[in-house]
Amino acid sequence: MAEDRPPSRRRFPPWRRKQGEGRRRHWPIRSAGINFALGYGVLFLISATLFLSFIWWSSTNLLNRHVRAFIETDAQELQKRWTYGGAPALGDAITDRLEQNIDDDALYLLTDRHGRRLAGNLPGWPVAIKRMDHFYELTIRRYTFTTPAEFKAYDLPHGFRLIVGHDIRGRTLLSTVITRTVIWCAVMIALLAVGGALVVRDLFRRMVGSIARTASAVASGDLNHRIALTGSETDLVAETVNTMLDRINRLMEGVRQVSNAIAHDLRTPITRARNQLEEALFSATSPEELRTAVDRAIGDLDHITGIFEALLRIAQIEAGSRRSAFTMMDLNQLLANMAELYEASAEEAGLNLHLDIVPLPPLFGDERMLQQALANLLDNAIKFSPPDSALTLRARPVPAIAPPGHSPSECSPAGLEISVQDQGPGMNDADILRAHERFFRAESARNTPGSGLGLSLVQAVTSLHHGRLTLTKANPGLKVTLFLPLTQDAEQTTRKAPLTEGPS
Amino acid sequence: MRILLVEDDPTVRSFVLKGLKEAGHNVDQADNGKDGLYLAIGEKYDIIILDRMLPGGIDGLNILETLRGQKNNTPVLLLSALSEVDDRVDGLRAGGDDYVTKPFAFSELLARVEALGRRGHNESAPETSLTVGDLSLDLLSREVRRGGQKIDLQPREFRLLEFLVRHAGQVVTRTMLLEKVWDYHFDPQTNVIDVHVSRLRQKVDKPFETAIIHTVRNAGYILRPTQD
Repeated sequence: MAEDRPPSRRRFPPWRRKQGEGRRRHWPIRSAGINFALGYGVLFLISATLFLSFIWWSSTNLLNRHVRAFIETDAQELQKRWTYGGAPALGDAITDRLEQNIDDDALYLLTDRHGRRLAGNLPGWPVAIKRMDHFYELTIRRYTFTTPAEFKAYDLPHGFRLIVGHDIRGRTLLSTVITRTVIWCAVMIALLAVGGALVVRDLFRRMVGSIARTASAVASGDLNHRIALTGSETDLVAETVNTMLDRINRLMEGVRQVSNAIAHDLRTPITRARNQLEEALFSATSPEELRTAVDRAIGDLDHITGIFEALLRIAQIEAGSRRSAFTMMDLNQLLANMAELYEASAEEAGLNLHLDIVPLPPLFGDERMLQQALANLLDNAIKFSPPDSALTLRARPVPAIAPPGHSPSECSPAGLEISVQDQGPGMNDADILRAHERFFRAESARNTPGSGLGLSLVQAVTSLHHGRLTLTKANPGLKVTLFLPLTQDAEQTTRKAPLTEGPS
Repeated sequence: MRILLVEDDPTVRSFVLKGLKEAGHNVDQADNGKDGLYLAIGEKYDIIILDRMLPGGIDGLNILETLRGQKNNTPVLLLSALSEVDDRVDGLRAGGDDYVTKPFAFSELLARVEALGRRGHNESAPETSLTVGDLSLDLLSREVRRGGQKIDLQPREFRLLEFLVRHAGQVVTRTMLLEKVWDYHFDPQTNVIDVHVSRLRQKVDKPFETAIIHTVRNAGYILRPTQD
């Protein structure tokens, strides 16, 4: 029955009970701030108690040693008196000392061989003291109160006996003071802990609150909201979340761009196909004409499919999910194969494909993506080259900036550069800046076949490899350069590699 | 060939069915995963065409994995609207023999189906030479002769010719050539494959009276031995 359960169990709804119980079975407080402050308070209390106990222990020790030393010195002194003047001299000395003892903490007793008291302020021989030359700690009654005292008894010649003692109620006083201190400490620490708990909880709440507010703002659609940096430890989380939001924002921007582009650039071929089919439906007079129209419509549809494929591939690469296919790969082989594949088409188009390839070190990358990027560049170059012109495929390692005292050839390369240069119409500065945009086609390229996605894909592949895509005017023609960094662990290189560079 | 077609979309199904029947094949069909699996296990087919996404809880990959789990090695061609490289790799890793992405040209599908069906027959014995009509290829010395006359080919040209010869009498598409001869999986915008085939023709067909490599309009190429 529910009533039988301890209250802490009822805090959890049924579906969470197991989890809650598993995590803190006997601990009902779930606020991190309060737990933190409580833990801190308990820790402080333990350390304060330990500290005070040590003080107590060492000061009573000191007191004891002090008292015992005093007793022994005093006894020696008195025994000397005995040697000079016997019992009367000793009795006088004791009386003298008692008179001069302002603190009233000295205790003496001198007895004769019959046990009679000759001098001193103890009423009689304490029963507990049986052995000579041994310290006793006894509680004795003085005037109206009882007090602890330290004693030592000595045998004197002729059966006389002497007790020298010291009242140690000072130690009791010290003990009381320390006990009180501990209690007050505990009370103050408890108060501070509770107060601290509230403050810490508030701090925690405020820290988390700023992140939570941003997250909920983003959840409800405001992607421009960012967590304010306060310089506290949560900045680490805040910065990570902000970076994540930036990335999401960029991706969203990409999606928006793509959907706009789809709306604009896919409508055109779809409209064309539709118009052709409609026209054929109404006005075709022979099966031949109908067949031609359908054929053209299929061509348009294939073109649309191609655009879709390219868009999807770019989106997928930009989402960064393709890094799983990264391996150490030999670019030399890839370049040789691509050159072999395209050399024939270049020759067919009356172009001369020059190769200027310096052997490259292995690269950590996605072979298929780099094939595709290179194919796009070569396709473009062949498409825009005038007949009888030259085309150059270059590749070389790029040395790192050499530290002083070393020649650049001594250090390992920082990356590699692959470029394709043609002698075609080239691009003007404004076009170069926009060349990587999806569906962008320079005015002069309007009449050549293509979707305007080729360079976007190259751009995406380059970014995936943390590289850089650069377009430069070659006068005449255009030189497209891929710079790919050679970092083994590409994760460590900066993720914010500049996406595009203008003419440099 | 006896072919099983598992595809849920009725338009695509009847389109493929009609095409395959016209090409002279015997086709069984299923429109969901359960029936497809039942037929695939119970009957003997030369090739199975599987759509990846099927209604009814059992999708194409499930069927494929079940078949391969039972040591059934019938060639399987996967048909899918998922075109990402990873999806393709998943499909081939699950035991698929080829992968065609929707939308597809029927000629592409047919060419691949026939190539797969052929492979199922003659994969057993490793050959050292191939002969089609008056053309012969020595796979060890990489020597090509036609009508007793030696033809000098570049290594890539040899591989291209070898692929055509292995599929003699069948249409091979440009994409198939790019994938199988060059191992490339992208869509070139220019006519790279045409250029390479035309270079091969210069050496294999031009010096002789009859051509054996023919262009099939809207589809690809076919190597057909001379009829004599």
